[in-house]
Amino acid sequence: MRMVAVQLRYLAHARSGDKGDTANVGLIALSPSLYDLLAREVTARRVARHFKGMVSGVERFELPNLNALNFLLHGALDGGGTLSLKTDAQGKVFSTALLRMKIDVPRKVAKRWRTRDE
Amino acid sequence: MTDEARTIRIAAGQGFWGDWLEAPVRQVRGGPIDYLVLDYLAEVTMSILQKQRTRDPAAGFARDFVTQMERILPDIASKGIRVISNAGGVNPRACAVALRAVADRLGLGEQIRIGLVTGDDLMDRLDSLTADGEAFRHMEDDRPLSDVRHEVRAANAYLGMAPIVEALRRGANVVISGRVTDTGLTLGPLVHEFGWSVEDWDRLAAGTIAGHILECGAQSSGGNLLRNWRAVPRLADVGFPIVEAQADGTFVVTKHPGTGGVVNIASVTEQLVYEMGDPTAYITPDAIADFTSIRLRQAGKNRVRVSGVRGRARTPMLKVSIAWFYGFKAVGTLVYAWPDAVAKAKAADAILRKRLKALGLEFEQILTELVGVNATHGRLGGTPDADIAEVTLRVGVRAREREPVERFTREIAPLVLTGPPSVTGFAGGRPQVEEIVAYWPALVARERIEPFVQVELL
Repeated sequence: MRMVAVQLRYLAHARSGDKGDTANVGLIALSPSLYDLLAREVTARRVARHFKGMVSGVERFELPNLNALNFLLHGALDGGGTLSLKTDAQGKVFSTALLRMKIDVPRKVAKRWRTRDE
Repeated sequence: MTDEARTIRIAAGQGFWGDWLEAPVRQVRGGPIDYLVLDYLAEVTMSILQKQRTRDPAAGFARDFVTQMERILPDIASKGIRVISNAGGVNPRACAVALRAVADRLGLGEQIRIGLVTGDDLMDRLDSLTADGEAFRHMEDDRPLSDVRHEVRAANAYLGMAPIVEALRRGANVVISGRVTDTGLTLGPLVHEFGWSVEDWDRLAAGTIAGHILECGAQSSGGNLLRNWRAVPRLADVGFPIVEAQADGTFVVTKHPGTGGVVNIASVTEQLVYEMGDPTAYITPDAIADFTSIRLRQAGKNRVRVSGVRGRARTPMLKVSIAWFYGFKAVGTLVYAWPDAVAKAKAADAILRKRLKALGLEFEQILTELVGVNATHGRLGGTPDADIAEVTLRVGVRAREREPVERFTREIAPLVLTGPPSVTGFAGGRPQVEEIVAYWPALVARERIEPFVQVELL
Protein backbone atom coordinates (compact mmCIF):
# COMPACT_ATOMS: atom_id res chain seq x y z
CA MET A 1 0.00 0.00 0.00
CA ARG A 2 1.39 3.42 -0.98
CA MET A 3 1.68 5.66 2.07
CA VAL A 4 1.72 9.43 2.23
CA ALA A 5 2.76 11.70 5.12
CA VAL A 6 -0.17 13.88 6.20
CA GLN A 7 -0.35 16.55 8.86
CA LEU A 8 -2.80 15.78 11.69
CA ARG A 9 -4.64 19.03 10.93
CA TYR A 10 -6.30 17.26 8.01
CA LEU A 11 -7.34 14.23 10.05
CA ALA A 12 -8.38 15.66 13.40
CA HIS A 13 -9.35 18.72 15.37
CA ALA A 14 -8.17 19.50 18.86
CA ARG A 15 -8.55 21.62 21.98
CA SER A 16 -6.15 22.14 24.84
CA GLY A 17 -6.17 23.38 28.41
CA ASP A 18 -3.91 23.36 31.45
CA LYS A 19 -3.41 21.91 34.91
CA GLY A 20 -0.46 23.61 36.52
CA ASP A 21 2.62 23.05 34.36
CA THR A 22 0.87 20.37 32.29
CA ALA A 23 -0.94 21.10 29.04
CA ASN A 24 -3.58 18.67 27.85
CA VAL A 25 -4.39 18.17 24.19
CA GLY A 26 -7.59 16.40 23.20
CA LEU A 27 -7.08 15.15 19.66
CA ILE A 28 -10.42 14.38 18.00
CA ALA A 29 -10.46 12.25 14.82
CA LEU A 30 -12.77 13.38 12.02
CA SER A 31 -14.25 9.87 11.67
CA PRO A 32 -14.29 6.56 13.56
CA SER A 33 -11.93 4.94 11.03
CA LEU A 34 -9.51 7.85 11.37
CA TYR A 35 -9.68 7.31 15.13
CA ASP A 36 -8.34 3.78 14.67
CA LEU A 37 -5.55 5.16 12.51
CA LEU A 38 -4.70 7.87 15.02
CA ALA A 39 -4.80 5.45 17.95
CA ARG A 40 -2.24 3.30 16.10
CA GLU A 41 0.05 6.04 14.82
CA VAL A 42 -0.12 8.91 17.31
CA THR A 43 1.55 7.15 20.22
CA ALA A 44 2.77 8.85 23.39
CA ARG A 45 6.29 8.11 22.23
CA ARG A 46 5.86 9.79 18.86
CA VAL A 47 4.19 12.80 20.42
CA ALA A 48 7.09 13.07 22.87
CA ARG A 49 9.46 13.08 19.90
CA HIS A 50 7.37 15.74 18.14
CA PHE A 51 7.63 17.98 21.22
CA LYS A 52 11.24 17.10 22.05
CA GLY A 53 12.85 19.90 24.07
CA MET A 54 9.43 21.47 24.71
CA VAL A 55 7.94 19.00 27.21
CA SER A 56 9.34 16.72 29.92
CA GLY A 57 6.98 13.78 29.46
CA VAL A 58 3.86 12.59 27.64
CA GLU A 59 0.93 10.43 28.79
CA ARG A 60 -1.84 9.23 26.48
CA PHE A 61 -5.43 8.23 27.23
CA GLU A 62 -7.98 6.77 24.81
CA LEU A 63 -11.61 7.80 24.40
CA PRO A 64 -12.90 5.67 21.52
CA ASN A 65 -16.45 6.74 22.41
CA LEU A 66 -15.56 10.33 21.42
CA ASN A 67 -13.11 9.34 18.64
CA ALA A 68 -10.55 11.15 20.77
CA LEU A 69 -7.13 10.72 22.32
CA ASN A 70 -6.10 12.82 25.30
CA PHE A 71 -2.44 13.73 25.75
CA LEU A 72 -0.94 15.15 28.91
CA LEU A 73 2.18 17.13 28.07
CA HIS A 74 4.09 17.59 31.29
CA GLY A 75 6.44 20.52 31.84
CA ALA A 76 5.02 22.23 28.76
CA LEU A 77 4.07 25.60 30.20
CA ASP A 78 7.25 27.06 31.62
CA GLY A 79 5.94 26.73 35.17
CA GLY A 80 2.31 27.24 34.19
CA GLY A 81 -0.44 29.40 35.67
CA THR A 82 0.67 32.79 36.91
CA LEU A 83 4.38 31.84 37.07
CA SER A 84 4.81 31.30 33.36
CA LEU A 85 6.21 34.11 31.23
CA LYS A 86 4.96 32.54 28.01
CA THR A 87 2.38 34.14 25.72
CA ASP A 88 0.48 30.86 25.92
CA ALA A 89 0.96 30.37 29.66
CA GLN A 90 -2.21 28.29 29.94
CA GLY A 91 -1.58 26.16 26.88
CA LYS A 92 -4.71 27.39 25.12
CA VAL A 93 -3.24 26.83 21.64
CA PHE A 94 -0.81 23.99 22.38
CA SER A 95 -3.38 21.79 20.63
CA THR A 96 -2.55 23.39 17.29
CA ALA A 97 1.14 22.61 17.71
CA LEU A 98 0.24 18.91 17.83
CA LEU A 99 -1.75 19.28 14.60
CA ARG A 100 1.55 20.07 12.84
CA MET A 101 2.71 16.48 13.40
CA LYS A 102 2.75 14.23 10.32
CA ILE A 103 1.79 10.58 10.17
CA ASP A 104 1.91 8.09 7.30
CA VAL A 105 -1.50 7.20 5.93
CA PRO A 106 -2.63 5.18 2.88
CA ARG A 107 -2.75 7.35 -0.23
CA LYS A 108 -6.51 7.01 -0.58
CA VAL A 109 -7.07 8.21 2.99
CA ALA A 110 -4.82 11.18 2.31
CA LYS A 111 -6.69 11.98 -0.85
CA ARG A 112 -10.05 11.82 0.87
CA TRP A 113 -9.19 14.09 3.81
CA ARG A 114 -6.34 16.35 2.79
CA THR A 115 -8.30 18.13 0.10
CA ARG A 116 -10.83 19.33 2.61
CA ASP A 117 -10.64 22.92 3.67
CA GLU A 118 -10.04 23.08 7.37
CA MET B 1 -46.40 15.24 34.08
CA THR B 2 -44.54 12.25 35.44
CA ASP B 3 -41.09 12.89 36.81
CA GLU B 4 -39.57 10.70 34.08
CA ALA B 5 -40.90 12.94 31.32
CA ARG B 6 -40.11 16.24 33.03
CA THR B 7 -37.36 18.34 31.47
CA ILE B 8 -35.32 20.90 33.38
CA ARG B 9 -33.60 23.56 31.29
CA ILE B 10 -30.33 24.91 32.66
CA ALA B 11 -28.67 27.76 30.78
CA ALA B 12 -25.05 28.90 30.95
CA GLY B 13 -24.70 32.65 31.21
CA GLN B 14 -21.03 33.21 31.91
CA GLY B 15 -17.97 31.02 31.32
CA PHE B 16 -15.45 33.05 33.28
CA TRP B 17 -15.08 36.46 34.90
CA GLY B 18 -14.82 38.73 31.89
CA ASP B 19 -17.09 36.76 29.58
CA TRP B 20 -19.69 38.38 27.28
CA LEU B 21 -21.80 40.81 29.30
CA GLU B 22 -24.82 40.29 27.02
CA ALA B 23 -25.03 36.54 27.56
CA PRO B 24 -27.15 36.36 30.75
CA VAL B 25 -29.86 38.70 29.46
CA ARG B 26 -29.98 36.82 26.15
CA GLN B 27 -30.35 33.50 27.96
CA VAL B 28 -33.16 34.83 30.12
CA ARG B 29 -35.12 36.45 27.26
CA GLY B 30 -34.30 34.17 24.30
CA GLY B 31 -36.60 31.31 25.28
CA PRO B 32 -37.78 29.26 28.24
CA ILE B 33 -35.24 28.26 30.90
CA ASP B 34 -35.57 27.11 34.49
CA TYR B 35 -32.10 27.91 35.80
CA LEU B 36 -29.32 30.28 34.83
CA VAL B 37 -25.81 29.32 35.98
CA LEU B 38 -23.10 31.96 36.13
CA ASP B 39 -19.54 30.75 36.65
CA TYR B 40 -16.97 33.43 37.47
CA LEU B 41 -14.15 31.61 39.22
CA ALA B 42 -10.90 30.30 37.80
CA GLU B 43 -7.82 29.25 39.73
CA VAL B 44 -6.25 32.69 39.56
CA THR B 45 -9.48 34.60 40.17
CA MET B 46 -9.63 33.89 43.91
CA SER B 47 -6.26 35.55 44.53
CA ILE B 48 -7.27 38.64 42.54
CA LEU B 49 -10.46 38.87 44.57
CA GLN B 50 -8.53 38.35 47.78
CA LYS B 51 -6.27 41.29 46.84
CA GLN B 52 -9.37 43.46 46.31
CA ARG B 53 -10.82 42.48 49.68
CA THR B 54 -7.58 43.40 51.45
CA ARG B 55 -7.97 46.94 50.09
CA ASP B 56 -11.74 47.15 50.66
CA PRO B 57 -13.61 44.88 53.10
CA ALA B 58 -16.80 45.24 51.00
CA ALA B 59 -15.04 43.92 47.86
CA GLY B 60 -13.76 40.47 46.89
CA PHE B 61 -16.59 39.22 44.68
CA ALA B 62 -17.35 39.42 40.95
CA ARG B 63 -18.96 42.85 40.66
CA ASP B 64 -20.04 42.09 37.10
CA PHE B 65 -22.55 39.70 38.62
CA VAL B 66 -24.42 42.49 40.39
CA THR B 67 -24.62 44.71 37.31
CA GLN B 68 -25.69 41.77 35.16
CA MET B 69 -28.32 40.74 37.70
CA GLU B 70 -29.66 44.28 37.78
CA ARG B 71 -30.60 43.88 34.12
CA ILE B 72 -32.27 40.51 34.50
CA LEU B 73 -33.86 40.66 37.95
CA PRO B 74 -37.29 41.70 36.58
CA ASP B 75 -37.24 38.71 34.19
CA ILE B 76 -36.03 36.39 36.94
CA ALA B 77 -38.91 37.51 39.13
CA SER B 78 -41.65 37.39 36.50
CA LYS B 79 -40.62 34.12 34.85
CA GLY B 80 -39.66 32.21 37.97
CA ILE B 81 -36.11 31.54 36.79
CA ARG B 82 -33.56 30.63 39.44
CA VAL B 83 -29.95 31.79 39.32
CA ILE B 84 -26.95 29.85 40.67
CA SER B 85 -23.57 31.54 40.80
CA ASN B 86 -20.16 31.33 42.45
CA ALA B 87 -19.81 35.10 41.97
CA GLY B 88 -19.30 35.43 45.73
CA GLY B 89 -15.58 34.75 45.33
CA VAL B 90 -13.82 35.38 48.65
CA ASN B 91 -16.67 37.54 49.99
CA PRO B 92 -20.04 35.93 49.17
CA ARG B 93 -21.82 37.80 51.96
CA ALA B 94 -20.84 41.20 50.54
CA CYS B 95 -22.00 39.99 47.13
CA ALA B 96 -25.39 39.00 48.57
CA VAL B 97 -25.72 42.34 50.37
CA ALA B 98 -24.95 44.21 47.14
CA LEU B 99 -27.55 42.17 45.25
CA ARG B 100 -30.12 42.68 48.00
CA ALA B 101 -29.65 46.47 47.70
CA VAL B 102 -30.22 46.29 43.93
CA ALA B 103 -33.34 44.11 44.29
CA ASP B 104 -34.81 46.49 46.88
CA ARG B 105 -34.04 49.51 44.73
CA LEU B 106 -35.84 47.89 41.78
CA GLY B 107 -38.84 47.22 43.98
CA LEU B 108 -38.34 43.46 43.66
CA GLY B 109 -37.29 42.91 47.26
CA GLU B 110 -40.21 40.61 48.02
CA GLN B 111 -39.67 38.40 45.02
CA ILE B 112 -35.93 37.76 45.35
CA ARG B 113 -34.87 35.27 47.99
CA ILE B 114 -31.10 35.02 48.20
CA GLY B 115 -29.38 31.83 49.32
CA LEU B 116 -25.86 32.28 50.61
CA VAL B 117 -23.35 29.42 50.58
CA THR B 118 -20.18 29.79 52.64
CA GLY B 119 -17.77 27.51 54.47
CA ASP B 120 -15.25 27.17 51.64
CA ASP B 121 -12.96 29.87 53.03
CA LEU B 122 -10.21 28.21 55.07
CA MET B 123 -7.95 31.23 55.51
CA ASP B 124 -8.70 31.63 59.23
CA ARG B 125 -8.64 27.88 59.83
CA LEU B 126 -5.35 26.97 58.13
CA ASP B 127 -3.27 26.82 61.30
CA SER B 128 -5.81 24.90 63.35
CA LEU B 129 -6.34 22.45 60.48
CA THR B 130 -2.58 22.05 60.17
CA ALA B 131 -2.35 21.40 63.91
CA ASP B 132 -5.00 18.72 63.41
CA GLY B 133 -2.74 16.94 60.95
CA GLU B 134 -3.69 18.47 57.58
CA ALA B 135 -0.37 19.21 55.87
CA PHE B 136 -1.94 20.64 52.69
CA ARG B 137 0.83 19.02 50.66
CA HIS B 138 1.19 20.34 47.12
CA MET B 139 -0.59 17.85 44.85
CA GLU B 140 2.21 17.87 42.28
CA ASP B 141 5.47 18.13 44.21
CA ASP B 142 4.32 16.98 47.67
CA ARG B 143 5.83 19.92 49.57
CA PRO B 144 4.01 20.74 52.84
CA LEU B 145 2.25 24.11 52.98
CA SER B 146 4.45 25.11 55.92
CA ASP B 147 7.14 25.90 53.30
CA VAL B 148 5.17 28.94 52.17
CA ARG B 149 2.63 29.41 54.97
CA HIS B 150 3.54 33.06 55.68
CA GLU B 151 2.93 33.96 52.02
CA VAL B 152 -0.57 32.45 51.75
CA ARG B 153 -3.16 34.96 50.51
CA ALA B 154 -6.27 32.80 50.08
CA ALA B 155 -7.29 29.22 50.79
CA ASN B 156 -10.60 27.78 49.67
CA ALA B 157 -11.99 24.27 49.63
CA TYR B 158 -13.92 23.30 46.52
CA LEU B 159 -17.45 22.64 47.74
CA GLY B 160 -19.78 20.37 45.78
CA MET B 161 -23.46 20.59 44.95
CA ALA B 162 -24.87 19.77 48.42
CA PRO B 163 -25.12 23.34 49.77
CA ILE B 164 -26.67 24.52 46.48
CA VAL B 165 -29.34 21.83 46.82
CA GLU B 166 -29.97 22.88 50.41
CA ALA B 167 -30.35 26.56 49.46
CA LEU B 168 -32.83 25.66 46.71
CA ARG B 169 -34.75 23.37 49.03
CA ARG B 170 -35.14 26.27 51.45
CA GLY B 171 -36.68 28.40 48.73
CA ALA B 172 -33.82 30.53 47.44
CA ASN B 173 -34.22 31.75 43.88
CA VAL B 174 -30.77 33.30 43.67
CA VAL B 175 -27.95 31.22 45.13
CA ILE B 176 -24.61 32.95 45.68
CA SER B 177 -21.57 30.94 46.71
CA GLY B 178 -17.85 31.19 47.10
CA ARG B 179 -15.67 28.38 45.75
CA VAL B 180 -18.27 25.85 44.68
CA THR B 181 -17.03 23.76 41.74
CA ASP B 182 -18.10 24.94 38.31
CA THR B 183 -19.84 21.61 37.75
CA GLY B 184 -21.62 21.73 41.13
CA LEU B 185 -23.50 24.85 40.01
CA THR B 186 -25.31 22.75 37.39
CA LEU B 187 -25.49 19.48 39.32
CA GLY B 188 -27.12 21.23 42.31
CA PRO B 189 -30.39 22.16 40.56
CA LEU B 190 -30.60 18.71 38.92
CA VAL B 191 -30.30 16.93 42.26
CA HIS B 192 -32.83 19.36 43.74
CA GLU B 193 -35.36 18.92 40.93
CA PHE B 194 -35.08 15.17 40.40
CA GLY B 195 -34.32 14.16 43.97
CA TRP B 196 -31.31 12.10 42.96
CA SER B 197 -29.68 10.22 45.83
CA VAL B 198 -26.26 11.47 46.90
CA GLU B 199 -25.02 7.95 46.18
CA ASP B 200 -26.54 7.63 42.71
CA TRP B 201 -23.08 7.87 41.16
CA ASP B 202 -24.12 7.43 37.54
CA ARG B 203 -26.64 10.26 37.65
CA LEU B 204 -24.35 12.49 39.69
CA ALA B 205 -21.64 11.86 37.09
CA ALA B 206 -24.10 12.68 34.30
CA GLY B 207 -25.06 15.97 35.97
CA THR B 208 -21.36 16.70 36.48
CA ILE B 209 -20.71 16.23 32.79
CA ALA B 210 -23.66 18.51 32.00
CA GLY B 211 -21.94 21.05 34.23
CA HIS B 212 -18.62 20.57 32.44
CA ILE B 213 -20.34 21.23 29.11
CA LEU B 214 -21.87 24.45 30.46
CA GLU B 215 -19.01 25.76 32.58
CA CYS B 216 -17.09 27.49 29.79
CA GLY B 217 -20.10 29.19 28.23
CA ALA B 218 -20.12 29.38 24.44
CA GLN B 219 -17.03 27.18 24.21
CA SER B 220 -19.45 24.27 23.69
CA SER B 221 -21.79 26.10 21.30
CA GLY B 222 -19.45 27.25 18.55
CA GLY B 223 -17.08 29.66 20.29
CA ASN B 224 -13.39 28.76 20.01
CA LEU B 225 -14.41 25.80 17.83
CA LEU B 226 -11.60 24.65 15.54
CA ARG B 227 -13.53 22.07 13.52
CA ASN B 228 -14.83 23.79 10.38
CA TRP B 229 -14.38 27.12 12.12
CA ARG B 230 -15.14 29.19 9.04
CA ALA B 231 -18.54 27.54 8.76
CA VAL B 232 -19.73 28.36 12.31
CA PRO B 233 -22.68 30.68 11.68
CA ARG B 234 -23.09 34.17 13.11
CA LEU B 235 -20.71 34.10 16.05
CA ALA B 236 -21.49 37.82 16.57
CA ASP B 237 -24.86 36.59 17.79
CA VAL B 238 -23.66 33.39 19.48
CA GLY B 239 -26.13 31.49 21.64
CA PHE B 240 -24.75 30.21 24.94
CA PRO B 241 -25.39 26.52 25.68
CA ILE B 242 -28.46 25.14 27.41
CA VAL B 243 -28.84 21.67 28.92
CA GLU B 244 -32.29 20.05 28.81
CA ALA B 245 -32.04 17.37 31.45
CA GLN B 246 -34.24 14.48 32.45
CA ALA B 247 -34.59 12.47 35.62
CA ASP B 248 -32.76 9.44 34.19
CA GLY B 249 -29.54 11.47 33.84
CA THR B 250 -29.67 11.86 30.07
CA PHE B 251 -29.71 15.33 28.59
CA VAL B 252 -29.67 17.34 25.37
CA VAL B 253 -27.23 20.20 24.79
CA THR B 254 -28.79 22.98 22.74
CA LYS B 255 -29.14 26.78 22.52
CA HIS B 256 -31.97 29.25 22.00
CA PRO B 257 -33.59 29.28 18.55
CA GLY B 258 -32.43 32.02 16.22
CA THR B 259 -29.06 32.51 17.90
CA GLY B 260 -25.69 32.11 16.18
CA GLY B 261 -23.05 29.50 16.82
CA VAL B 262 -23.55 25.75 16.56
CA VAL B 263 -24.20 22.81 18.86
CA ASN B 264 -22.94 19.62 17.25
CA ILE B 265 -20.85 16.58 18.14
CA ALA B 266 -17.65 18.49 17.32
CA SER B 267 -18.51 21.50 19.49
CA VAL B 268 -19.50 19.36 22.47
CA THR B 269 -16.51 17.02 22.10
CA GLU B 270 -14.03 19.91 22.02
CA GLN B 271 -15.46 21.17 25.31
CA LEU B 272 -15.46 17.67 26.83
CA VAL B 273 -11.72 17.23 26.26
CA TYR B 274 -10.89 20.75 27.50
CA GLU B 275 -8.64 20.61 30.61
CA MET B 276 -9.02 16.84 30.73
CA GLY B 277 -6.72 14.60 32.74
CA ASP B 278 -7.36 10.86 33.05
CA PRO B 279 -10.75 10.59 31.28
CA THR B 280 -11.82 7.59 33.35
CA ALA B 281 -11.48 9.58 36.57
CA TYR B 282 -12.81 13.12 36.43
CA ILE B 283 -12.81 13.81 40.16
CA THR B 284 -15.26 16.26 41.72
CA PRO B 285 -16.51 16.61 45.32
CA ASP B 286 -19.76 14.89 44.25
CA ALA B 287 -18.68 11.87 42.20
CA ILE B 288 -16.00 10.53 39.89
CA ALA B 289 -17.18 10.74 36.28
CA ASP B 290 -15.96 8.41 33.55
CA PHE B 291 -15.69 10.34 30.28
CA THR B 292 -15.07 7.12 28.35
CA SER B 293 -18.70 6.16 29.02
CA ILE B 294 -20.24 9.23 27.36
CA ARG B 295 -22.37 8.65 24.26
CA LEU B 296 -23.11 11.58 21.97
CA ARG B 297 -25.75 11.65 19.23
CA GLN B 298 -26.88 14.47 16.98
CA ALA B 299 -30.61 14.62 17.73
CA GLY B 300 -31.69 17.44 15.45
CA LYS B 301 -30.24 20.77 14.42
CA ASN B 302 -28.23 22.29 17.26
CA ARG B 303 -29.21 19.44 19.55
CA VAL B 304 -26.75 16.87 20.90
CA ARG B 305 -28.04 14.07 23.09
CA VAL B 306 -25.74 12.88 25.89
CA SER B 307 -26.32 9.48 27.50
CA GLY B 308 -24.60 6.43 28.92
CA VAL B 309 -22.65 8.28 31.60
CA ARG B 310 -21.20 6.15 34.37
CA GLY B 311 -19.76 7.31 37.65
CA ARG B 312 -18.06 6.04 40.79
CA ALA B 313 -18.19 6.97 44.46
CA ARG B 314 -16.78 10.32 45.49
CA THR B 315 -13.44 10.41 47.31
CA PRO B 316 -13.08 11.12 51.04
CA MET B 317 -11.04 14.24 50.26
CA LEU B 318 -11.87 17.71 48.99
CA LYS B 319 -9.54 19.76 46.85
CA VAL B 320 -8.27 23.02 48.28
CA SER B 321 -7.08 25.90 46.18
CA ILE B 322 -4.43 27.97 47.93
CA ALA B 323 -3.07 31.22 46.55
CA TRP B 324 0.35 32.34 47.77
CA PHE B 325 2.58 35.28 47.03
CA TYR B 326 5.52 34.19 44.91
CA GLY B 327 7.32 37.24 43.48
CA PHE B 328 7.23 39.61 40.54
CA LYS B 329 7.21 39.56 36.77
CA ALA B 330 7.05 41.96 33.85
CA VAL B 331 6.79 41.58 30.09
CA GLY B 332 8.05 44.13 27.58
CA THR B 333 7.35 44.22 23.85
CA LEU B 334 8.73 46.10 20.83
CA VAL B 335 7.86 45.71 17.15
CA TYR B 336 10.62 45.44 14.51
CA ALA B 337 9.86 46.05 10.83
CA TRP B 338 11.10 44.76 7.49
CA PRO B 339 13.76 44.42 6.21
CA ASP B 340 15.47 41.82 8.42
CA ALA B 341 12.76 42.12 11.08
CA VAL B 342 13.70 38.87 12.82
CA ALA B 343 17.42 39.62 12.83
CA LYS B 344 16.78 43.08 14.31
CA ALA B 345 14.56 41.67 17.06
CA LYS B 346 17.18 39.07 17.94
CA ALA B 347 19.91 41.72 18.02
CA ALA B 348 17.78 43.89 20.33
CA ASP B 349 17.23 40.92 22.64
CA ALA B 350 21.00 40.31 22.83
CA ILE B 351 21.66 43.95 23.68
CA LEU B 352 18.94 43.97 26.34
CA ARG B 353 20.34 40.84 27.99
CA LYS B 354 23.88 42.30 28.02
CA ARG B 355 22.62 45.44 29.71
CA LEU B 356 20.64 43.52 32.32
CA LYS B 357 23.75 41.47 33.07
CA ALA B 358 26.00 44.54 33.25
CA LEU B 359 23.58 46.05 35.78
CA GLY B 360 24.07 42.94 37.91
CA LEU B 361 20.35 42.17 37.96
CA GLU B 362 19.40 38.65 38.91
CA PHE B 363 16.31 36.94 37.59
CA GLU B 364 14.86 33.50 38.05
CA GLN B 365 14.15 33.54 34.36
CA ILE B 366 14.37 35.70 31.26
CA LEU B 367 12.17 34.44 28.42
CA THR B 368 12.36 35.79 24.87
CA GLU B 369 9.66 35.11 22.31
CA LEU B 370 9.32 36.43 18.78
CA VAL B 371 5.59 36.82 18.29
CA GLY B 372 4.84 35.87 14.70
CA VAL B 373 7.68 33.34 14.67
CA ASN B 374 7.91 31.10 17.73
CA ALA B 375 5.68 32.31 20.60
CA THR B 376 3.03 29.62 20.50
CA HIS B 377 4.66 26.71 18.65
CA GLY B 378 8.33 27.11 19.63
CA ARG B 379 10.73 25.54 17.17
CA LEU B 380 7.81 23.77 15.44
CA GLY B 381 6.97 27.10 13.83
CA GLY B 382 9.94 26.55 11.53
CA THR B 383 12.16 29.15 9.87
CA PRO B 384 10.37 32.48 9.52
CA ASP B 385 9.82 34.02 6.12
CA ALA B 386 12.92 36.15 5.39
CA ASP B 387 10.63 38.83 4.03
CA ILE B 388 8.29 38.95 7.05
CA ALA B 389 6.79 42.46 7.41
CA GLU B 390 7.29 42.73 11.17
CA VAL B 391 7.88 40.73 14.31
CA THR B 392 7.12 41.50 17.94
CA LEU B 393 10.00 41.02 20.36
CA ARG B 394 8.47 39.95 23.67
CA VAL B 395 10.75 39.60 26.69
CA GLY B 396 9.52 38.51 30.10
CA VAL B 397 11.41 38.37 33.41
CA ARG B 398 10.58 36.84 36.78
CA ALA B 399 12.24 37.36 40.18
CA ARG B 400 11.37 36.89 43.83
CA GLU B 401 12.29 40.54 44.56
CA ARG B 402 10.61 43.56 43.04
CA GLU B 403 13.76 45.63 42.42
CA PRO B 404 15.31 43.78 39.43
CA VAL B 405 11.91 43.50 37.74
CA GLU B 406 11.28 47.22 38.26
CA ARG B 407 14.68 48.01 36.71
CA PHE B 408 13.97 45.74 33.75
CA THR B 409 10.86 47.78 32.91
CA ARG B 410 13.14 50.83 32.42
CA GLU B 411 15.36 49.00 29.93
CA ILE B 412 12.81 48.41 27.14
CA ALA B 413 12.10 51.93 25.85
CA PRO B 414 15.80 52.92 25.64
CA LEU B 415 16.28 50.23 22.99
CA VAL B 416 14.31 52.44 20.61
CA LEU B 417 17.13 54.98 20.30
CA THR B 418 20.06 52.84 21.41
CA GLY B 419 19.47 49.59 19.53
CA PRO B 420 18.70 48.17 16.09
CA PRO B 421 16.64 50.28 13.66
CA SER B 422 13.03 50.17 12.38
CA VAL B 423 11.40 49.77 15.78
CA THR B 424 7.96 50.91 16.88
CA GLY B 425 5.03 49.88 19.05
CA PHE B 426 6.19 51.33 22.36
CA ALA B 427 3.40 53.89 22.76
CA GLY B 428 1.98 51.96 25.69
CA GLY B 429 4.82 53.15 27.89
CA ARG B 430 6.83 51.13 30.40
CA PRO B 431 5.79 47.56 31.13
CA GLN B 432 3.95 47.10 34.44
CA VAL B 433 5.47 45.13 37.30
CA GLU B 434 3.02 42.41 38.24
CA GLU B 435 2.80 40.57 41.53
CA ILE B 436 2.79 36.81 41.04
CA VAL B 437 0.28 34.98 43.18
CA ALA B 438 0.91 31.30 42.60
CA TYR B 439 -1.53 28.44 42.87
CA TRP B 440 -1.04 25.63 45.40
CA PRO B 441 -3.44 22.73 44.94
CA ALA B 442 -3.88 20.47 47.99
CA LEU B 443 -6.35 18.08 49.60
CA VAL B 444 -8.21 18.14 52.89
CA ALA B 445 -10.32 15.50 54.62
CA ARG B 446 -13.95 16.04 53.65
CA GLU B 447 -15.30 15.79 57.18
CA ARG B 448 -13.34 18.85 58.27
CA ILE B 449 -15.24 21.12 55.88
CA GLU B 450 -18.74 22.19 56.83
CA PRO B 451 -20.61 24.16 54.18
CA PHE B 452 -22.93 26.75 55.66
CA VAL B 453 -26.19 27.69 53.99
CA GLN B 454 -28.23 30.73 54.85
CA VAL B 455 -31.39 31.76 53.05
CA GLU B 456 -32.13 35.47 53.44
CA LEU B 457 -32.04 37.58 56.60
CA LEU B 458 -28.50 38.43 55.54
